Amino acid sequence: MMRYLIPLFAFMVLAAFLLVGLTLNPRQVPSPLIDKPAPIFQLNHLHEPERLMASNDNLGKVWLLNVWASWCVACRDEHPLLVQLANTGIVPIYGLNYKDERTTALQWLKRYGDPYTISIVDPDGKVGIDYGVYGVPETYVIDKKGIIRHKQIGPVTVDALQKTIIPLIIELQKQA
Amino acid sequence: MLKNHDLYSSIVSRQLNGIEGLVIILLLLLIIPSVCWSKEAIPVAEDPVIEKRMLALTMDLRCLVCQNESIADSRADFSNDIRREIREQIKANKTDQEIVQFLVDRYGDFVLYNPPMKPTTMLLWFGPVILFIIGLGSLVVYLRRRRAQIEDVTLSQVQLDRAEALLNENKKGKNV
Repeated sequence: MMRYLIPLFAFMVLAAFLLVGLTLNPRQVPSPLIDKPAPIFQLNHLHEPERLMASNDNLGKVWLLNVWASWCVACRDEHPLLVQLANTGIVPIYGLNYKDERTTALQWLKRYGDPYTISIVDPDGKVGIDYGVYGVPETYVIDKKGIIRHKQIGPVTVDALQKTIIPLIIELQKQA
Repeated sequence: MLKNHDLYSSIVSRQLNGIEGLVIILLLLLIIPSVCWSKEAIPVAEDPVIEKRMLALTMDLRCLVCQNESIADSRADFSNDIRREIREQIKANKTDQEIVQFLVDRYGDFVLYNPPMKPTTMLLWFGPVILFIIGLGSLVVYLRRRRAQIEDVTLSQVQLDRAEALLNENKKGKNV
């Protein structure tokens, strides 16, 4: 009896591993920046290029940093959701315009709506490297102390917003 | 001079018939792709020493966008940026270790093709050895059990005689 059970058991273990492997997404690389201070930056505004915004300006509030570009197709998918989220006023969204052209970026915002409290520009992707960006869109939840609490890789979805991002924001806003 | 001009105007003024016109248009179309598809080559670092060091480093680093390619091999935008970053850091006299640490801090151990030995990677490092030991153990157990199953059967004199008779019969048959 054991003779037959052992291979069957071994097969089931292997099948279980492969099954779990199928559902994993290789694009979801866990970021080492979670629970670490958000990298400091000082970047020009998109709308008024002569003005600067520093990441430290946002200390004391919970905010989202959304990395986007006009050439990024998936950004268009998530954009209506971001506009909706901005309209609820739950959390300010800051846009990091990543490796983009200023004029096309401005046109894009005019066309699809502008959810961003401030848009800042990272023309050569330097700040992107600091934040470990490897595929736009990416969205970071940053708490009052300037610590990254969550990173959404790829477009923000209704599911991710309802189950993870919004509950997390509400919890973080309660903290001193 | 005048002659040339006459020739030119005669060609231009000559009414082209349908097929000739089509051929000329098609020939012109052949020129177009070479004009608009050629792209400026990506500038290679001017310093071959830096380039060599950068290549040696990026050979063991994973491109996060095209995950089965190294940053040295990949032509993805991500890899271009990382190569540029590494060149700059080499110019700034950073050691290889510092550069790799810089990338691990931002992208995690996943950028390394050679994962470090840590509690979370123990299974990765020692899993194959453990599997080998399990396999070796079960092979030994199996062989021992098999040996136990083999019994030495002593034959009686009657059986031996019968066997000899059968063998002799066979020999005679063959000789004839």
